[in-house]
Amino acid sequence: MHNAGANFFMVPFEVSVLVHNISGIILVINFIYFVVANRVTGNGKYYQIKKKGFTEKIWKQTRYYSWGIFKHEKAPFPISGKRKFNPLQKLSYVVAMYVLVPLIIISGIGLLFPETTISSVFGKSGLWLTDLLHQIMGFFLTVFWLIHLYFCTMGKSWTSNFRSMFNGWH
Amino acid sequence: MRSSRKLFRWQRIIWFSLLMIFYFAVVPNSMAKDVLPNVKANHKCFKCHGNKTFTFYNSVSERTVSKRMNPYYVIDTAAFYVGNHHLLSCTDCHDPGYENFPHANDLQMQEMLKCTDCHDGDEVAEKYNFKEINVEFKKSVHAQAYSKDFSCWMCHNPHSYAITARKNTDIKKVIVYDNEICLHCHSEVANLTPLSDHAKKNISTIHDWLPNQILHFKSVRCLDCHVKVENHSMVDHQILSKESAVKDCVECHSKNTRLMATLYKFRTKELRSKSGFLNAIIITNDSYVISANSNHFLNVTSLVIIGLIILVIIIHAILRITLK
Repeated sequence: MHNAGANFFMVPFEVSVLVHNISGIILVINFIYFVVANRVTGNGKYYQIKKKGFTEKIWKQTRYYSWGIFKHEKAPFPISGKRKFNPLQKLSYVVAMYVLVPLIIISGIGLLFPETTISSVFGKSGLWLTDLLHQIMGFFLTVFWLIHLYFCTMGKSWTSNFRSMFNGWH
Repeated sequence: MRSSRKLFRWQRIIWFSLLMIFYFAVVPNSMAKDVLPNVKANHKCFKCHGNKTFTFYNSVSERTVSKRMNPYYVIDTAAFYVGNHHLLSCTDCHDPGYENFPHANDLQMQEMLKCTDCHDGDEVAEKYNFKEINVEFKKSVHAQAYSKDFSCWMCHNPHSYAITARKNTDIKKVIVYDNEICLHCHSEVANLTPLSDHAKKNISTIHDWLPNQILHFKSVRCLDCHVKVENHSMVDHQILSKESAVKDCVECHSKNTRLMATLYKFRTKELRSKSGFLNAIIITNDSYVISANSNHFLNVTSLVIIGLIILVIIIHAILRITLK
């Protein structure tokens, strides 16, 4: 959609709009399921950040990914029944799931139903600002998705973590 | 104390006198300058044709009677005096015989003037490129389907038409004005019947395929999809049939959006924005066209950052493999 009309091979605009709309609706359903399931099952506790010592934990994990992993050091925060995510994972998942995804959903609804969007905000087109927010959130989520996919290869084997993607457990 | 009060009273008298002199001597003169020379002559016609009813003395029955004016002969005088022809007298285009009442029957048999009867090779024809407009118009669906019956006046009412796109910086007003010209016939079967016996078709139903119909109707003109872009004149006049009209979203929703050659043609020539947004003029109009208005800097920045992340991932993966 973003590069519609480009000369190189692309999905036709109408198809990309349709795919985009359907994906958006699926995302909304999934997100509602995620929020409700987190609340009902108590899975939400894994997304709660305790301020105390969190920065140090983040630094420890970052150091491991950028240095320790190559020296075959032990992971500083191994995954267990009590600890589903390491601190860096937790931070990125909280930002992605509770900031980026809600914002991309809200702006997406505004674009899917443009008549509901405020027409002008401080002299700027409301639709333009909504789309700008949607695109920026999309960009950050793309970055998250790339890193997320790569980190999946860091399990016991190169493929074991891809299983975790579906069942939610390491 | 008493002398100062007296002085104050004299001051007030002088100021009041000066104000009166200004009002009676200066104001009427300045107002008189604003009155167009044709207004007095036209008033004779607009006395009847400017209203829905008209009154005259019937010399046969010897009494004053009031009658309803044929609605097609009622002229909106306010619109006339802001229109392109506001400086003209009625008799500049209509036979001077119309000055007499009752109007002679044979006057109605006279052919109406066409645009080019006055604007042939003159300054106006040159400025607006009437020659090319005429060539394009002859190829348009209107001229092809209705031949001689369809004249410029069908869309450009000589009694009210005013140039909007060139003068108006508010594109929304241009859209409303231009779309009203099309909808005058295409949404009113009574106005369409003299030319076509087509049953009235609902505009919304015909455009069922168009997503976000209301937003599109508010943001673009009928013309922007229903005209062949030729670029001979500032407004293309080869109106296309519904079969040939644009139905491909990408024609507008792309970097080479056709809107820049249609709706935004005037503004584009006037304003080249340096904001980094492609076709930025569309954004300055409180609009936003997906894909046509992407930001060049954001595009480059996002591609560079994503590229760098992929590079880091590759390096990280290689190090993991080699140091295993």
